[in-house]
Amino acid sequence: MTRRARLILFVFGACGFALLLAAALLSVPGFGTAQHRYAERAVLAAQVQRHTANAVASVTFDQRGLDTLAETFMFVAAVLGIAALLRRNPDEEEIPPRAHRQERRPPVPNTLRLAAYLLLPVTILVGIYIVLHGHISPGGGFQGGVVLGTAIHLLYLAGDFPTLARLRPVPVFEATEAVAAGAFVLLGFGAMLTGAVFLTNVMPYGTQGELLSAGTVPLLNILVGIEVAAGVVLLIAQFLEQALLLRRETARK
Amino acid sequence: MTALMIVTFILVAGGAAAVVFTREPLRQAVTLSAYGLVLSLLFVVLQAPDVALSQLAVGTAVVPLIVVLAIAKTRARKRQ
Repeated sequence: MTRRARLILFVFGACGFALLLAAALLSVPGFGTAQHRYAERAVLAAQVQRHTANAVASVTFDQRGLDTLAETFMFVAAVLGIAALLRRNPDEEEIPPRAHRQERRPPVPNTLRLAAYLLLPVTILVGIYIVLHGHISPGGGFQGGVVLGTAIHLLYLAGDFPTLARLRPVPVFEATEAVAAGAFVLLGFGAMLTGAVFLTNVMPYGTQGELLSAGTVPLLNILVGIEVAAGVVLLIAQFLEQALLLRRETARK
Repeated sequence: MTALMIVTFILVAGGAAAVVFTREPLRQAVTLSAYGLVLSLLFVVLQAPDVALSQLAVGTAVVPLIVVLAIAKTRARKRQ
């Protein structure tokens, strides 16, 4: 394709995009308006029918559970893609631990180490809280899962990479992520056993605002929390391996 | 629109500009992290705490960490 043809194609596409964007923006509700047709119905369904205090969680895990299932697998696919891209090449070898220690940069300041060790249990607790209370207060499986997945990397900040590596055996986390994502699907099929549609919230809704309420929403939050936490750990593990442990054999000679 | 919203909007615009105008990638990871924090503040002001939590965890922690590790890898390769 010549330069001119490409330019014409681009101008054509850009004009179409600009027109559609302008049309879409014109029909968007005004900024900060109190009324919104979808929000009114979704909040009503969450509060009155489904006894879910956090309306957002009700939309993501109950009213639109299928969308969240797709998003969950998008995350799995992303982690899988990273693992495939950052896999160890045949010409890369692990830096021996001794050489690794000699190469070490200046020691980590004690204040940073202390802060990291003190924050570790607190951060893990906050992560678990965010996952378990996803149907009551802001947060949920994804948010809590990311907090949990990043929490253990405080050990890396503390300069304690060996402990971190021992705490997160990669095969175990790979299996955990797969099992948690699979359990999400199984829970959807489980609802079908009662004669309902895939992923219907078939469990009792309970009393709004209690830890055991909103039916399957907390259950799905826990599954997504485990899946995302394992996924984030794997994601960072791949990058850490590349940055700290591997080097090119050929380049060394 | 309240005064608080205007202030956070300006902060977000300033933060985004700071990220774009930081040329050195390692420094950019730090400004990106700060920008993520400001952005999650905006989400809180706009009453979207769920989104704010996601932004806080992903935008201020995970993404800058991955950027820093990627930079470390490419620099180590250059040194060899």
